[in-house]
Amino acid sequence: MTSPETRGVSLETEAVGFRYAGEPALEEVSLRVEPGEVVGLLGPNGSGKSTLIRILSGVLPRYEGSARVDGGEVRTARRKDLAAKLAVVPQETSFGFPFTVLQIVLMGRHPHLAGLAFETPQDVDLARAALDRCGAAHLENRTIQDLSSGERQRVVFARALAQEPRALLLDEPASFLDIRHQTELYDLVRELAVTDGTAVLTVLHDLNLAAEYCDRIYLLREGRVAAAGRTDEVFTYANLTTVFETEVYVDTNDLTGQLLVVPLSGRARRVLAEKKPS
Amino acid sequence: MRSSEPLTRKRLLAWTLALGATLALSVLMGVGWGTGSLSLVDLMPGGTPLSEQARAVFFDVRLPRVLAAAVLGGALTVAGVVFQALLRNPLADPYVLGVSGGASIGGVLALLFGFGGAASLLGGLAVPSFAFLGALGALFLIEWVATVGGKLTVYTILLTGAIFNAFAAALIYFIQTIASLEQLHAIVFYLMGSVPLLGYRAVGFLAASCILATVALLSMARDYNALTIGEEGAAQLGVDVERIKRRTFVLGSLLTGLAVSVAGLIGFVGLVVPHLLRLLLGPDHRLLLPAAFLGGGAFLVLADLTARVAVAPGELPVGVVTALVGGPFFLFLLRRRGSRYDFA
Repeated sequence: MTSPETRGVSLETEAVGFRYAGEPALEEVSLRVEPGEVVGLLGPNGSGKSTLIRILSGVLPRYEGSARVDGGEVRTARRKDLAAKLAVVPQETSFGFPFTVLQIVLMGRHPHLAGLAFETPQDVDLARAALDRCGAAHLENRTIQDLSSGERQRVVFARALAQEPRALLLDEPASFLDIRHQTELYDLVRELAVTDGTAVLTVLHDLNLAAEYCDRIYLLREGRVAAAGRTDEVFTYANLTTVFETEVYVDTNDLTGQLLVVPLSGRARRVLAEKKPS
Repeated sequence: MRSSEPLTRKRLLAWTLALGATLALSVLMGVGWGTGSLSLVDLMPGGTPLSEQARAVFFDVRLPRVLAAAVLGGALTVAGVVFQALLRNPLADPYVLGVSGGASIGGVLALLFGFGGAASLLGGLAVPSFAFLGALGALFLIEWVATVGGKLTVYTILLTGAIFNAFAAALIYFIQTIASLEQLHAIVFYLMGSVPLLGYRAVGFLAASCILATVALLSMARDYNALTIGEEGAAQLGVDVERIKRRTFVLGSLLTGLAVSVAGLIGFVGLVVPHLLRLLLGPDHRLLLPAAFLGGGAFLVLADLTARVAVAPGELPVGVVTALVGGPFFLFLLRRRGSRYDFA
């Protein structure tokens, strides 16, 4: 196993901006993810999180500013070189033709194969190991269409692992997973960061998952960075209520000492209002 | 050899040989069976020596026609496979992107101008030449319209192709109303699709072009696999999506244009055979593409044989046979396997 210093690569953006048909989606966003770090990207719907992920993954080359993977500008990078370093797990994938799970995971070897080359037995072993790490080894011969969304998402994560990425971009990868598989997925993400030095930038909506698993957080609002820093610095009552425009209850998880954030329902807000001295 | 297993060199070779043998067998059946007195037994070593007339039937009529059927079936099936992959749509066929409409206009115009006879301009190749020019014209026009901001958008190609085909159909109806009865008959027969009688030189040219295009498409087979998960997902796996789309559109359209130019609109081969092969072999394009060329060839050779002998001494347009067999078969497949596709 290689040391974290040699295996992982950094992700960074410098004053990145992007417009969809003239409408600004991101403005002046600068962030940095070091090898071995798990960094969370949070913010309300439409705040530009997925756009930032897509820019770093190379599918939106018409961005302003600079976006770099391993120090190389994304806009001018060769697709295959980028994919050999960087894997992306989107929120949802649609699969066209009825490939089997193992065949889907083997697609992760694409950037490492030349031309028409066939996957070697080593590639197949790697794909099987990736499936195993994602708790999906038993699905190997199933057709992808026959799986539940949660199972599919684990297969997609296994495909990302088979890519042997040195940096990972995750766009709400756990939204279809039950709590056990959410935890297992993020445990695995942390393990990759710690043992392989993989740099991880992940979009998530669950503030408690973010508090538990992320080293640092960027909070986006209306395409700009509203707050950035360590989780306990960013997840303050003031930041969260301003950015998400809703009431939250912030406490400490007695077991882990991490932050505990509960969004308040309309009923809970009324209870709160009655308790407050008028 | 389950289709679910990862593709290996050995499995590819085994299936290619098996389908190659199927094609060879179909060709043998095609040349050995027909309305004349010639039979396959006569061709075997030790059979009765061939008469002058039988030799002529064999070498000048049946063999070139069967070879042309093999190449055309292969070309149409390969075009069907790559268009289905490009558009991520299992219902795509070689004609869906409009090039066939351009070829039809060209061919029909040539017939209207009276270039149809073998004695006329270009020794019988006037109609295919005009049709191919029409196909090229349509190709450039559709690519130009569908390129937005330097990108070829799949929905725009599909829409442009559909509209161009509708336009072509209207233009052809117009031509049919002003054509003489004799011309009308030639036009209708041309459009229905049939395997033409070409000289060896023309068949050779057709075969060489189609094989070259197929090999070029085969070089992108792994990219088509990745495109299954969508353009963005494929790009994130390292596929140069724009380049792949453009090359596929051009090469697939050239294959279609060549096929329609010489044979008219032979339907269903390019739609049904890809699905049949996917059922048999799984969706990996590295295997699917060579299989499409060989299996599609065998399918059309047998369909053409049926067209020749079914209503002997008359002859059916082969497009009628492929659609009569292909239509119900496709519905059967759709009923059984339709839910296996997931193009959200």
